Formats: sequence, structure tokens, C-alpha cells
Amino acid sequence: MAGKIVVTGLGATTPLGGDVESTWKALLAGESGISTIEADWVGEYDLPVTFAGQAKVKALDVLTPQECKRLDQSSQFALIAAREAWKDAGTPEVAPERIAVEYATGIGGVWTLLNAYDDLKNRGPRRVMPMTIPMLMPNGPAAAIGMDIAARGGVRTAVSACASGTEAIANAIDRLRTGEVDIVVAGGCEAGIHPLPLAAFASMHALSKRNDNPAAASRPYDIDRDGFVMGEGGGAVVLELEEHALARGAKIYAELVSGAVTSDAYHITAPDPEGTGAARAVLRALEHGGLQVTDVDHINAHATSTPVGDIAEYTALRRVFGDHLDKIAISATKSSTGHLLGGAGAIEAIFTILALHTRTAPPTINVDNPDPAIPVDVVTSPRNLGDGELVAISNSFGFGGHNAVIVFKSYEK
Amino acid sequence: MAFSQAEVLAGLAEIVNDETGIATESVQLEKSFTDDLDIDSISMMTIVVNAEDKFGVKIPDEEVKNLITVGDAVNFIVSAQG
Repeated sequence: MAGKIVVTGLGATTPLGGDVESTWKALLAGESGISTIEADWVGEYDLPVTFAGQAKVKALDVLTPQECKRLDQSSQFALIAAREAWKDAGTPEVAPERIAVEYATGIGGVWTLLNAYDDLKNRGPRRVMPMTIPMLMPNGPAAAIGMDIAARGGVRTAVSACASGTEAIANAIDRLRTGEVDIVVAGGCEAGIHPLPLAAFASMHALSKRNDNPAAASRPYDIDRDGFVMGEGGGAVVLELEEHALARGAKIYAELVSGAVTSDAYHITAPDPEGTGAARAVLRALEHGGLQVTDVDHINAHATSTPVGDIAEYTALRRVFGDHLDKIAISATKSSTGHLLGGAGAIEAIFTILALHTRTAPPTINVDNPDPAIPVDVVTSPRNLGDGELVAISNSFGFGGHNAVIVFKSYEK
Repeated sequence: MAFSQAEVLAGLAEIVNDETGIATESVQLEKSFTDDLDIDSISMMTIVVNAEDKFGVKIPDEEVKNLITVGDAVNFIVSAQG
């Protein structure tokens, strides 16, 4: 039996804060990270949606100008999160060949790509900068982290839309269990608050249009929810086998028990209304961890605040958990952060880990009138999860019919 | 109006600093871009394009490999001005 995998470092930059501590504090305080976009292009294009979950701390205020010049904003967020996580883990001294990176993005370097296209159109091919390709490629964030911490055990990028961040963390499990590497930095990022993705998501009627009250726009489980809110930022976790962590005296936040990935093969964007694929992902993940559905105490739901998505996830959860679902404390943290797409799974993994570590489930904001079609126990103010061993799962689903679920357990030495 | 050698050097130093973070005072005529300043080919191409914009000259790709030192680049730009 392979050893336990534990979480020993956390890092994040989000619409709520520039690091994990400030983000978690704001989340527990019930703050919203959503605000009006103050950029010329909002008016220039007369966008139907004028707000988003913008990073609280600008990457330019953290990294050097040269780092920012050579990295797309998505990679900048990735680097900030990974450096915090790596430092938090005690800057592990591990042979580079034994360090791996599993780091995701949903879209990749969209700002870089579209700025370069503007340069091409307006100024010609010679003005398309040579760093364009390495900056726009979706593996750019993972590669940037790998170079920064000297990871030579393999650097990979899960790309499965909004499931990417969770899938990347799930992918880390096998790297550690097979003994190929000793430590993995995993997570995901996104920097897609650009007029094109905003216009495109709006044209598919996926986004909330609550322009007059951005802080109230992301409202999963509320009857008046009208779509998701784009967010940006990144999250990273440091994962290693328990014996490795103990041998180097690392602090341990929680155990990463298991994960699972399934696919719907139903529709390219719509969730399977029966939630079959999502249910299968939850069940598989619990099975892989040798757990029963009745072991689960807390769920960080995908819950993006779209009318159909929240119901589809609820249908899947009811299918899996039956009556036990009513005993599970459910948090929908996108209500505060917005939807970080490829970064969502990463920051929500961190919230799940901290919920176990501090025994406190974070609140869901803006649930003024709970949707009667989703009868669940939604946590609306910070809630103590009680004593004893706690089990929590974090769900992520993405366009393409991707379902990814990871399972965490509270850690007692 | 043509730029003097000193003006080109100062302008080039600013471009190098902006791209790489190297202090402007380190960008001296006898310094080699690769050996002394540790500038890679990707940064070099960015510096070249920015220098073309700044000084209104054309630096052909086949010429770039001959620009070993900062002085080579400064001299090329000074003489390429119309």
C-alpha cells in the first residue's frame, strides 16, 4: 500500500487577495472580489458585461518588470502562487529530477496572442515579438514554475477548461504514488479578463449581466442567479508523500486522498442534465480513496452560478449521496471569487484544504433566496465542521464534458 | 536630425535596461551582448526591433549576427541614419 499524500504548501493570488492568508481572511469575512472593470476597452467595445473578479494585487507589483515582460499574465499569476506555495512548504531541498509540476490553465496566454495579432495587423510581422509563442502556449505557466524551482521530473499541463485545475492536482497523485518523483507543485491559473473571452462567454449567455451590482452577480444556489462571473488569478499546492514530508520536518495541512476524472460525451458545453458523468467522478474518487459516501462532511461545489449548471451538479450530488447530502456542509466559493476557469480548481482545493485544516467551512455569499430546486445545506456564514476525522471533496466541471473530483482528509499525525 | 553616438548609446542602454533589467551604466561600447551582458537571442531580437523604432533605422536580420558588442550596434545605427 503506497503511503499517504499530504499537502505541505499553499500559494494563491486571487480576486480576494494577493496571497493565501489575505484571500482566506476575505473569504471568511464574506467579501466579494467582483468589481467593475476600469479599462478603456470596456466602453470601446460596448461590452454587454462590464465586471469581473480581477486580481486584488497586480502581478506587476510582485514580479520584476523583466519577469512580466517575458511571461503572459497567466504565467505571472502561476509564478506568484507557486513561489508562495514553495516557500510555505519550507523551500524543500529535493533533487531536481525528483520534482514535478502539474499546472493547468483553461485558455492559456490569450492576452499575449491577441496583442500580438494587433501588432501583426497594425505594424507588420517584424513587430510580432519573438517571445510570443512561449508566452501564449498553455504549458507556459507550468514551464515557468518548473524553471523557477528547477523541476526536472516532468512538467505537465492539464487542459480541460474549467476542470483543469482540479485535474492537474488529480494527475499529481500517480506521479507520487508510482514513486517517480518525491514532490509535486500542482494547481492552475487563468488570465482571461480580455474583451474577446468576455464577449464570447457573453454571446453564449454564460455570464451574469448584473452590471449595476457586480458584488451580487455571482450567486450560486440563489433563485435569481443569471450566469457566472469571470475571475483571474492562480493557486498552487505542494504535494508529497507523508514519509517524505515528515522526514524533512514539513508542516502538513491535510491529506490528498484520491481523485478521479470522467467525461460526459453528451454535449460540448451543456452539462448532462442527469449528472451521470459528474456523479461517476465523485463515486470513483471516493472509491479510489477507500471511502464511503457517508464519510463526506464538506463539499466545495463547482457551483458557478449558472441556472442549469448548479442544478446539474445538485442532481449528480443527490444521485451519489442520497439522504446523506443533507448532512454535508456545502460551500460555493465562486460567489466571492468569481470563476477562475483553469485556476478555479486550484484555489478551491486550497479552500477545501483550509476548511479541513481550520475545521471551518467558508461561506457562500449572495444566497438571498435559495433556489427550492436545490435543497442542500449551503454554508452562508463560517461554520465549524466539528471534531474527529473530516473528509471533503472539491468538484470541477468543464466545457467539453470534463468532470474532475479530488478528495481531502483532515490530517492528524 | 541624426542621433549622435552618445545619444544612440544612451538610447540603446535604455532599451537594454527595459528588456533585461541590466543597469544602463553597464551598457558600454566594448561590452559583448552575449558574453558580457548575458543577453539571449530572443531578447536580442526584441532589442533590435525596439532600436529600429527608436532611431528610425532598419537593422536587417543578417546584420544582427555581426553586432557582437554594444559599440558594433551603436556604430551600425549611427551610420544607418539617413
